[in-house]
Order: sequence, then structure tokens, then C-alpha cells
Amino acid sequence: MGQQMVLTRSEVAKLAALARIELSDDELDDMATQLDIILASVASVGEVAAQDIPPTSHAVPLVNVMREDVVSWTPNAEGVLAGAPVVEDGRFRVPRILDDDEEA
Amino acid sequence: MSDELMDYDEVLKRYEPVLGLEVHVELSTASKMWCGCPTTFGSEPNTHVCPVCLGLPGSLPVVNRKAVEAAIRIGLSLNCDIAKWCRFARKNYFYPDMPKDYQVSQYDEPLCFEGHVEVEVGGVAYDIPIERVHMEEDAGKLTHVGGLGRIQGADYSLLDYNRAGVPLMEIVTKTIHGTGTAAPQVARDYMEFLRDMVRALGVSHGRMERGNLRCDVNVSLMPIGSTELGIRSETKNVNSLKSVETTVRYEIMRQGAILSAGGRVKQETRHWNEAGFTSPGRSKETAEDYRYFPEPDLVPVAPDPAWVEELRASLPEHPSKRRARLQQTWGVTEREFGDVLAVEGALDLIAATVDAGCAPAAARKWWLTELARQANDLNVPLEDVNITPAQVAEVQALVDSGSLNDKLARAVIEGVLAGEGSPAEVVASRGLAVVSDTGALSAAVDAAIAANPDVAAKIRDGKVAAAGALIGDVMKAMRGQADAAAVRALIMEKLS
Ligand SMILES: [Zn+2]
Repeated sequence: MGQQMVLTRSEVAKLAALARIELSDDELDDMATQLDIILASVASVGEVAAQDIPPTSHAVPLVNVMREDVVSWTPNAEGVLAGAPVVEDGRFRVPRILDDDEEA
Repeated sequence: MSDELMDYDEVLKRYEPVLGLEVHVELSTASKMWCGCPTTFGSEPNTHVCPVCLGLPGSLPVVNRKAVEAAIRIGLSLNCDIAKWCRFARKNYFYPDMPKDYQVSQYDEPLCFEGHVEVEVGGVAYDIPIERVHMEEDAGKLTHVGGLGRIQGADYSLLDYNRAGVPLMEIVTKTIHGTGTAAPQVARDYMEFLRDMVRALGVSHGRMERGNLRCDVNVSLMPIGSTELGIRSETKNVNSLKSVETTVRYEIMRQGAILSAGGRVKQETRHWNEAGFTSPGRSKETAEDYRYFPEPDLVPVAPDPAWVEELRASLPEHPSKRRARLQQTWGVTEREFGDVLAVEGALDLIAATVDAGCAPAAARKWWLTELARQANDLNVPLEDVNITPAQVAEVQALVDSGSLNDKLARAVIEGVLAGEGSPAEVVASRGLAVVSDTGALSAAVDAAIAANPDVAAKIRDGKVAAAGALIGDVMKAMRGQADAAAVRALIMEKLS
């Protein structure tokens, strides 16, 4: 590519840690390279966008899509819990949240 | 509690406390922030949930208009500017109370910003600068199993997502300077102001004991004369007025001891303990990285200026102005009004009773004696006592019309509290009305006079005080269902 990396390997390692994804050294190299190419490709949009086109987070310029404050839902406690790996007492059961040495 | 504490006044001689208060307000909308699930408190776990608030793939959130309206009204009450255009943002974190692994909040574009509000303590007005009011969603409720029921040492945890997605407003102050020794009271009174304000706006139940309002209390100290902020601690989820005050006081004494011994305050979150102290929680040496980004599933909110002005025009009276007005219209002294304010919730209940047609004095009497006692016995807030202001007014109307005397009125109240129905129903079912049949009353008075000739003679001689004995006999004969004043008048008439 010859260009400077947009995303460094250490930044990818940090993102992986934040996302709780374990990556081996090889995977990290691979990911950093791939993500860098993706970001560089997307960045090319900025090159063609003129000064008068502001950055946006939505493709459609809509605002104020709201609903009225009306209760409408179908009670379905069984269905809700049916997809959970473990259920206890009508609640979703999750593994312990903190390790012994972690602070609350 | 193992902290060294320094005498409060000694700390304040050397250091200036700086406060920062972040208050979360749970709204009382009928439905959740992004979906139509009900927000009712205390239902069976995981019954008020749907694909949206469970964060299931493919579900799409839509903003609740009432929640946006509530946020704008809160912002206007705090003299904030209202954004012309703002977005929601995803706050990413891994914690099972949020099934999506992110909370939808607002980041650098809050709906309301740059406000201020005045809080008066001991005749001095303190200006509380408001940084922002933003919209977000509440999280689910965790129950930790094993260990001591705390997250630490638990074997596993259980999740109820009924509360997930309930609209939450976060009100954040800028750093509050210049409160000096009044800092704990200023923090408490600000919190009280917010509670009264959200209740007056009707946007939240404002029940602190239920977690409708929770405060994160930031405290730091800086040497007097310095302009550099000290390192702060943040005590999370403080949920009573008293606790807010105690937290500030405790942190001032704790940090004062550290700093005056040449130490360094650790930047950390702390927990509030009911026993009156704070204890260390998570250390915050490394700032958390929430990787906020604009929420792609929600479009921006751009409140129509005409709507904002309409909401501004309909704001209720400022709580302190309302208090002054009520004190004046009820014609009570500072001290008597203080008695009302001292009972949590009494002001609103008495005001509602007066609005229902009851005289202020009678409304005060019922709520501050009979009903306050009942609340106390049951250990519930006054507003949870099983009688409505309209029912209290109804009982008092029966007293005013002479249908009930005081004793019978208390029995009617007792019946209503016991769930026997409305005051009219209790009067009918218990047969409690004052006997207005003058024939029966007259006969009972005659009988009492005949049975007590000595007393009758004394009264004839002008010893009016002796009438008490006869009244007692008559009331007994009537089984309490007579109007004592009417009995006295009848006795005097017959013996004059
Ligand atoms: Zn839902």
C-alpha cells in the first residue's frame, strides 16, 4: 500500500480487548491489515465529498420520528425465556459477573 | 468503616469543598422509552419485555414523545437552553443488566444544556449551574445468588428486564463552588428541589426509596485560595435526601484527613452505606472507554421551537413559590408550616385534600395526626396510607354537616384504612352516623337527668361545669353516636 496505517496494531488490540474478543498474535496482524484496508477504502468517500456536505450519521435526513406514549405489548413470559440458555425463577441466569480478584 | 476522619469545621478552615451532582430521574410515562412495554413497578419478572427492550436482533426502537416532552420540561424548569437538533448515542459496555451490551443515551449533543437554578440554605441563595439534561434508558435488575447476595463472591446472577428501557433523564451539574460549610445542606436541598420539581411537573413519581431519583455525588476539596480542582470521589446511587447530605459531609471529613496528612485522594467510585459512611468501589485510575457513537437506529430529535414555547408557557409554579403561596392561603405560622414540611409527602396530600373542599386546618389535622400515625405504624410513606385526599375531605364534610362527631369520624377513617370502602360505605355498614333523631336524644337526656338528680341540681344552680357528667352518660347511652355539643345544648335547655 505504501500509505501510513490508519489503524495501528495496538489500537486493534485495544479494541479487541474492549469488545472482549481474544485474538492471537497472528490474528491481530491479520485483523489490523484487513481493518486498515477497509478504513482506507471508506475514507476515500471523504475525498470526493465537497466542503458543503457535512458528515452525517444517517443516510436519510429524517428527524422527530416518535411514537405516542401508549402501552402496546403482548405478555409472553414463556416465549421470552424460551431462548435463554438457563432460566431460574422467571429470570435469566448468567454466570458470575466478577472474578474473585475484581473489584465491584 | 476504617477511614480516618478530620473534624468537619477544621477541614472547612483549610479547604473549599467542590461538588458535582448527577441525578437520574426515572420518568412515570405509561410505556418505555423505545417500545410499548408498560413501566409498572413490581410486576412478575420479565413480563414487561419485548424484542426491543430485550435487544433482540432485528428489533427497532422508536422514541416515546412523552419522554422527550418531559425532558424538555425538566430542562426549561432548570433554565436550560433546548437543543435545536440532537442525537442519541450508544454507550458500549459489557454488563448483563443491558441486554444489548450498550445503553442508548446522549453523548455530546444533550437535549438540554447550560442551565442554572437557585437553592436557598439558611437565607443564603446558592446558584447551582446545570451542565446538561439528557435522555437515556434504565437498565434491568440483577439479583446475585450465593456469597452474601452481593456481586462480589456471588455464584451467579439472575436478571429481570422489566425495568430495562424505562425512560431515564440524567441531570448533571457543573462543578459547584462557594458553598463552604453549607455544602452538605446545599446538596440535600438541591436534590429536594429536583424531587419536588419532577413531582410538580408530573413527569416522575419522585419516590426516592423506590429509586425513581438517584444521585451520584462527586466531592473534592481544594485548599482555600487555590484555583486548582482537587481529585474527586464519586459516590454512586445515593437514594435519600438525608444520605446525600451525609455523603457530602463524610467525604469532606475523609478527604480532609487524607490531604492534611500530605496524602493523595484516590479517584474512585464509592458506595454509600446506610450506616452513614462511604466505602471504596471500583478504582478509576484508567478512564472507561465507552466508545460512544451516534445511534444508527434512531433519527435525531429536533424540537419545534413553537412546541418548546408551548411547554415553557405551561410550566408549573416553582416549588418554593408554591410553598409560600400555600402557607399564606392556609394562614399558618412558619412553625406550623414547618410541621407540615417535616412529614414526607404531607404537603401534597394536604393541598390535594384542601383542593377537594376541606378546610386547611382540618386537612392538616387528619394528615399530621391520625394518618401520620397510621403510616408510622405500618412503616410506609404517608402517601401509601390506604385513603385518598378526596376521602379525607369527604369524612370532614360529614363532620362539618354534623353527621359525624370527632370520635365517629376517626372510626370512619379507620374503616376506610381497613379497606371497608369509601367513607359513605363505612358509615352505612358500621352504622356510624350521629343520631339526629331529636326524640331519641331528648329521651336519653331526660333519662340521664332523672338518674343524676344531684348533678341536675348543681347545673340548675349555675354550676355549668357539672354538665360533663351528664353528657358522658348520654353519649354512653347513645353508644357515642351523638354530637356532644348538641347534647350539651339540650341539657342546658332542659335545666335552665
Ligand atoms: Zn419492550
